[in-house]
Parts: sequence; structure tokens; C-alpha cells
Amino acid sequence: MSVDPRTLATAAVLPDGEPSFQLRGSAFTMMVLKINEARAGALVTELQDKVRQAPNFFRNAPIVVDLDGLSDDMRRIDLSGLVARLRSLQLIVVGVQGGSRNQQTAAIAAGLPVVPSGRPARLEPVAPTVTGVAAEALSAGTVAEPTTARQPTMIVNEPVRSGRQIYAQNCDLIVTAMVSAGAELLADGNIHVYGALRGRALAGLGGDKGARIFCLSMEAEMLSVAGLYLVSEDIDPAVHRKPAQVHLKDGYLRLDAI
Amino acid sequence: MGKIIVMTSGKGGVGKTTSSAAFATGFALRGYKTVVIDFDVGLRNLDLVMGCERRVVFDFINIINGEARLNQALIKDKRVDNLYILPTSQTRDKDALTKEGVEKVLEELRQEFDYVICDSPAGIERGALMALYFADEAIIVTNPEVSSVRDSDRILGMLAARSRRAELNEEPVKEHLLLTRYDPARVERGEMLNVTDVLEILAIPLLGVIPESQAVLRASNIGMPVTLDDKSTAGQAYRDAIARFLGEQIEHRFVKPERRGFFNRLLRRTA
Ligand SMILES: Nc1ncnc2c1ncn2[C@@H]1O[C@H](COP(=O)(O)OP(=O)(O)OP(=O)(O)O)[C@@H](O)[C@H]1O
Ligand SMILES: [Mg+2]
Repeated sequence: MSVDPRTLATAAVLPDGEPSFQLRGSAFTMMVLKINEARAGALVTELQDKVRQAPNFFRNAPIVVDLDGLSDDMRRIDLSGLVARLRSLQLIVVGVQGGSRNQQTAAIAAGLPVVPSGRPARLEPVAPTVTGVAAEALSAGTVAEPTTARQPTMIVNEPVRSGRQIYAQNCDLIVTAMVSAGAELLADGNIHVYGALRGRALAGLGGDKGARIFCLSMEAEMLSVAGLYLVSEDIDPAVHRKPAQVHLKDGYLRLDAI
Repeated sequence: MGKIIVMTSGKGGVGKTTSSAAFATGFALRGYKTVVIDFDVGLRNLDLVMGCERRVVFDFINIINGEARLNQALIKDKRVDNLYILPTSQTRDKDALTKEGVEKVLEELRQEFDYVICDSPAGIERGALMALYFADEAIIVTNPEVSSVRDSDRILGMLAARSRRAELNEEPVKEHLLLTRYDPARVERGEMLNVTDVLEILAIPLLGVIPESQAVLRASNIGMPVTLDDKSTAGQAYRDAIARFLGEQIEHRFVKPERRGFFNRLLRRTA
């Protein structure tokens, strides 16, 4: 199983007030079906067993079929047939990834988009924090290994108000003002807030376990590093409204006063 | 060229229309030629609060649609010189507010007026967006409670990101906080946020604190902007806020509960 990386959610720029629609980027966690060519014959029966073990998890789940690594021979698989068989197992194929150009053309003809290849998931340990509160993994399989080189730091000099989301892709994020409740900071690297942090902050989004969150006044709604998270009621009252940092240590999410 | 001021809040019923009427009247009393526009298309409250509802012939939407000329729709206040009202339509909806139409009307008005006050509808949708889009300054009307403060924060974010000044990368819209319906006694009992709490969350300059006051309802029932009731605490607080807007240094009043002696309380009860 594998997931696509969290991608930047971009609200379409609205040209005139409030149009009839909005297009925005959104990140999804989806299963990727990788076919073991040598045992392709047993695919449907074995998959059926798997689905039976966790029917609620699989019911109508979106599936991306991975075409990479298949030999040319296998690449001529009957996509529509595969879609129909998976549908009978209540799995819905929503796209393909990888494959040759011909293969992708065939997929598009069959009504399946080619999605950019995602990064495979790794489950993070679920562990209590120093304060004895359980940090929980965001959701199974949303954590991916860091893969991309760091870019220059993103700096935001105005308050980040409620309803706003900022994503520092492949870089650190510095906010030199406050972050309101209802705002969200995302960064593949570290997050620094030189003001009160009242909204959500998710550092190490791409899986970097060394990422940290720093702020001058800890009042966050939610904090996350590399997929582990704390919500505001887990936050130790001792650091409330104090300068603090959040980091991962030995698989534990730690929140310390600075 | 006149200034465009939006009276906005996100949350409904916090006192935008009351404050629009009060500010417009206050500016006019000080000799500034002022017009106040109702952007709450479909609800039409401003003309009631201003007491001119029976003189409405054409409205803001008629102007946008080119069905009438501006000076046919502008209603001149009978009490205060320099004060004009541009009412809105009760039969149309917010879709009638096109960006081009609003721009045309506001540009024409700012040629002639010192202050153009836009009374925004509640929410963060088209009506509210159109009311704030062309603003030079914004008065954020907030009540001392968590949901109102949160919505104000949201509106501040929209001003910073989606106003014309933001889109053209011009100097940002100037922000002012107007804390209304402030009840010092309830604040003291911990039932409402206090001024400091609100300022800490919103972090914008405080223009004024308007106390909760019976005079507001009384005034709007007779169609009189509360600024004209200079005996009331609310009327005085609005006058102070207007003076601060115009650059005067005035201490904040009405933020502490009144302390009354036994006799005062007795007198008040029988009064
Ligand atoms: N300082 C005050 N003291 C007492 N009542 C007030 C005060 N300010 C406003 N009100 C009352 O609150 C109610 C709502 O006020 P108003 O219509 O000005 O709010 P609004 O923000 O324009 O509402 P909407 O979002 O519906 O347009 C009215 O009944 C008004 O009389
Ligand atoms: Mg109103």
C-alpha cells in the first residue's frame, strides 16, 4: 500500500467576488495497488481475502493502480476488465500511476486519469508524550519519507488570520506575527512563530522527523511533527502562553518550554 | 478624493448598521460630506435606522443597473447637513452587486463626498466581499464574545488577502476595532471577554468601546442615529470614536462598570 504525498491545497483565485464554483487543490490518502506480476493469476482471489478481513476499511475505497515495474507483456493488461473486477470487490479504481505512454493513453481512454506518483507511506510509532498524553498518528499511512531537497525558508510578515492556510513546501516557515485560532501552518521543514501560535501547526509534513515547531506563546489548537500530533487539550498547562518548542524524540512528541 | 470606509464584522447582529448610521451622522455633524450605503441587499435595514424608509424611490441596485442616476437615489438627511443615504433594494439579492457596478458607484461617490461608508451584510460571501473590496479603511465591529471575535479575525484575513488594495499590492486597508454592546458588569462577572482579551486576539488598534445601551434600540425605533442622542452613553461613545478616527486623542470611557451609591441605585430604580 502506498499514498500520494500531501500536496499544496490551492484555492483558485476568484476573479470577481463569488463565482459559481471554486477549484482547489486537496491532498488525499489513497491506496495504490501494486501487482506482483509473477502471481497475477491469484490477484482477484487474494485481494478478496484481504477485503474480507477489513470490509469497512475497504468498502468503496478509491484505488490507484500502479503500472510501474510491470513487464511489457503485463502492461497490456485489460484495464477495463481489471476495473470491473475490482469494482466487484467494492474497490473503486480512480486512476493509474506510472506506466508507459501507451499504457497511460489507454488508461485515459478508459476514463482513468494518470495521477502523479505518490510517496509510499510508513507508519509512525504511536507513543505517549512526556506529559503522559498519547500522541496519535494522524491517520494510518499519511506519513511519507522526506524525499525532496530543502528550499529557502518561507517568511510571512503579517498575522495569519482564521481561515487561512499557508504551506511551506520543502522548506521552513517563519511567521513574524501571530497565528490566529482557525489558521493552519504547514511546512515540510521547521515552523517558527514569533508571536502567539493559536491555530494549527504541522511541521515535517513530508515525514521529516527532525522538524520542530517553535513559538513565543504556545496556545495552539493542534501541533504535529511528521504525522504525530497533539491537540490543545493535550498541551501541558505549564507551557500554555509560554515560549515553547515541539519536537520528536525517541518516537515521542515532546512539548518543552524554551 | 473621499475615503471609502467599510463597516464589517463577519458575524451578524453585532451592530454594523447601528455603527454605520452613527459614524455617518458623526462625520456629517463635523462638517464632512458623508454618504452611507446599504450593502445588505434584500434586507434593507439602514434606511430604517436612518429614519428615511418612506422616502426611498430608487436604490443602490438601480444605480448599478443604470436604471437611475445617483442623485435620484441619494436621500438627503433632514436633520443633519452633509449627510446622505443610499438605500438598497429589498427585492433583489446579493448577486446584483457586480464588481464593476459597485466600483462605478463608489468612484462616482468618492469624487463628491469626503466619506463613503459601506454598511456590510453579515457573512463572508459576496455581499460582504463587495462591501470590503474597495475599502481604504475598515472598521471591524465586534462584540465581546468568542464567536464574534473569531469571525472578525476571519474578516481581517479577507481584508488582507482579497481587498482591492491587497490584490493590487497597495498599502493595506487600515484597520480599526470597534467593540460594541460592551457590558462592563457582565465582563466583570466573566460572562464576556474584556477589552484586553479581544485586543490580544485581534491585535489591531482600538477605535472605541460602545457600551450596551437601551438608547440604541430606542433610537433605531424612531429612526434616529444614536449619535444624535448625546445624553446616552452609546451616543457619547460613538462621538468619542469618531473623534479618534479623525485623529483626536481621547481616553476610552465606558469600559468599567458604573459604581453607584445606595441612593443612586434607589433613585434609578424609581426613575
Ligand atoms: N450598543 C448597543 N446596545 C444595545 N443594543 C445594540 C447596540 N448596538 C446594536 N444594538 C442592537 O443590536 C441589534 C443588531 O444591530 P445592527 O442591526 O446594527 O447589527 P448588524 O451588525 O447591522 O446586523 P446584521 O448583521 O443583521 O446586518 C439591533 O437590535 C440593535 O438595536
Ligand atoms: Mg446590518
